Amino acid sequence: MKADPAGVLTGVHFLDGDHACCEGALAAGARFAAGYPITPSTEVVERFAARVPKVGGTFIQMEDELASSIAIQGAVWGGAKAFTVTSGPGFSLMMEHIGYAIMTETPCVFVDVQRGGPSTGLPTQPAQSDMMQARWGSHGDYEIIALCPNSPQECFDLAITAFNLSEKYRVPVMFMMDECVGHMTEKVIIPSADDIEVEPRHKTHKAPGTYKPYECNGDGSLVPEMAHAGEGYKFHVTGLTHDERGYPSMTVATQQKLVGRLQDKIRKAADDLVLVEEDSTADADVVVVSYGITSRVAQRGIDAARAKGLKVGKLRLKIVWPFPDQLIKRLAKRAKAFVVPELNLGQISREVERAAAGVKTVCVPHAGGGVHRPEDILKAIQEALR
Amino acid sequence: MAKGTVKIVVERCKACGFCVEFCPTKVLALSPAFNSKGYHPPHMVNPEKCSGCDLCGMYCPDFAIFGYKAGEKPEQKEAGHES
Amino acid sequence: MSEVDYDCAESTNPVEPFLRSDRMPHIWCPGCGIGTTVNCFTRALIDSKADLDKLVVVSGIGCTGRVAGYLEMDSFHTTHGRAIPFATGLKLANPNLTVVVYAGDGDLSAIGGNHLIHAARRNIDLKVICVNNLIYGMTGGQTAPTTPAESTTSTNPYGTFEPGFNLPHLVDAAGAVYVARWTTFHVRQVARSMQEAFKKKGFSFIEIISPCPTLYQRRNKMGDGLDAMKYYKQASKVRNGAPTGEVGLTKTGEIAVGKFVDRDRPDYRSLMVHQFHESLGDEYVEMGECACS
Repeated sequence: MKADPAGVLTGVHFLDGDHACCEGALAAGARFAAGYPITPSTEVVERFAARVPKVGGTFIQMEDELASSIAIQGAVWGGAKAFTVTSGPGFSLMMEHIGYAIMTETPCVFVDVQRGGPSTGLPTQPAQSDMMQARWGSHGDYEIIALCPNSPQECFDLAITAFNLSEKYRVPVMFMMDECVGHMTEKVIIPSADDIEVEPRHKTHKAPGTYKPYECNGDGSLVPEMAHAGEGYKFHVTGLTHDERGYPSMTVATQQKLVGRLQDKIRKAADDLVLVEEDSTADADVVVVSYGITSRVAQRGIDAARAKGLKVGKLRLKIVWPFPDQLIKRLAKRAKAFVVPELNLGQISREVERAAAGVKTVCVPHAGGGVHRPEDILKAIQEALR
Repeated sequence: MAKGTVKIVVERCKACGFCVEFCPTKVLALSPAFNSKGYHPPHMVNPEKCSGCDLCGMYCPDFAIFGYKAGEKPEQKEAGHES
Repeated sequence: MSEVDYDCAESTNPVEPFLRSDRMPHIWCPGCGIGTTVNCFTRALIDSKADLDKLVVVSGIGCTGRVAGYLEMDSFHTTHGRAIPFATGLKLANPNLTVVVYAGDGDLSAIGGNHLIHAARRNIDLKVICVNNLIYGMTGGQTAPTTPAESTTSTNPYGTFEPGFNLPHLVDAAGAVYVARWTTFHVRQVARSMQEAFKKKGFSFIEIISPCPTLYQRRNKMGDGLDAMKYYKQASKVRNGAPTGEVGLTKTGEIAVGKFVDRDRPDYRSLMVHQFHESLGDEYVEMGECACS
């Protein structure tokens, strides 16, 4: 369906990534946010606090990230689209509730504007070192969707994608920005509401009495339909392992069935969840795989390598989780090497290496605090071909 | 003729003794019979003293007993509870 | 009719329509008081003619946390200590809901303490029912912030030496508009307090002292659930309006019960809406009915 014009700030703007992310959320239909101040993410909710009372929604600054990350879920069950915003230390605090959203299939968005870590680290400087945490941070087996914008424009566009995917799959979506993209100011074009596709909440049409909150329709869909509190359905939601009625059922069989479906929900949709920017990979000797701010620097390195006559392919991941295994496998048949620059000491490069199954994978690490130099990436490309 | 009586869901009872103790007119006592879990549910030993006050029902943590006034079908009492 | 009907249908018990009968019997121990509080809750719902379609119960984790799963209403069994912030989001997204938080003493005052304080300060319109069994029951009887000194628990095997938390004092100081404490002996008063809380706009807190026979009572050689109930009857003194600083509990001392605080001040949402009207005038748009489609 089309976006609600009340939340769409149509026009040509000059915004930083944090501000553009807020606009993306509003355009996607988000009308509730809860957050706690943490550099470099705070501007997202500061803008939301200023904007949403004029759009028709609520922002509440909660007492900590633990409260923020569950308040948004209460709001979702109360009928709103909701999100929270944080950075590394807050992201760590939110892990339990990311798990709760997964287990209860609560659609919502968690924005992590990554900064140097571990611990307090580098509050005002970029990193991309929460990428594995976005995938594995909460306890238990689960699949997650994570997106990485590389510009303020993408902070707007992909935020909408994030909300849409969260509704479609009833899963919390991790929006993995970084301080550089968050604080960089660029042109952001916001189209008219009619040009923005928004995924509505998938509500049940069944009558109370026949509706089971965690029952799939039987049409092959692995995503149950939702009801909101206050509509007369009188349903129960729990983080305990539960059956289709939502009742706790702590048996091996129920665990297998439930957790298996939660995994399959994403895994079986893996082909639909590939979102990349691919360029000259068909006959590439080296493929540079990057995401987020690093991809901007990588482009310079790729251009320099191509200028030297090297056949370099570019693969920029916009959806990082689920990781596009099949795509890497396909490229690995032809490419001699993968080069993976990232603002961490080797996270997504491990995924590339795993999927490449034997094809040389060179990580270009960076502990964070700044961005790579293009010449570091050029050098890595050249060495990969040696 | 007693003013009220009780109904007991024997299988739910865990013989905690609250109903026996707090019945204002001491209508109940734990019976020698027992349910499938081995608990002794209550029974009325002074049925004529039951007023149907339902204090037993309010105390019972297992929803195993409730009282109602004679001449009032339990269903009638329920009608006022719907919303 | 003076004969006991042993074959009666469960559905005729007035509490029954409010229960998920397909989930009975529940998991609570013999003599545990949580079920008793549920009876009081049910009576309060009946007497206040609550619209059950708009009533939502949010619980935490622990024995009391299981209440949500046994009630036939929209209910959310959330994470440990975080029922209040979940309930806050729920209530703000749909102010037409009546949101009840049903949780235990450890859930609300230990891990959930921060949220308890801020929700009371903000006067979020929540009805908080705190079943206080002075222990962590579900996990096997560990010390809770409310466990009185000189008690034996699994994590203080040689006896506790910390003073127990005076919860009415805490929430009163933080700003709650309705604060009451009763025990599971005081069934009628509990039901009445719950009814008053339903009508109250703002943060209401009802503490209900309840027996944990399996752990607290047994480890402290205080008998079973019935012994606890008799003790509550004997040791309780009704002190309506008492200064909450004076109602702290000790292991064997007086249990001050009653309605301690009943005042009026604007709830969070009223303050918020007023502020936005003041500062934005016509530009202010209140949150829509269903803000997601």
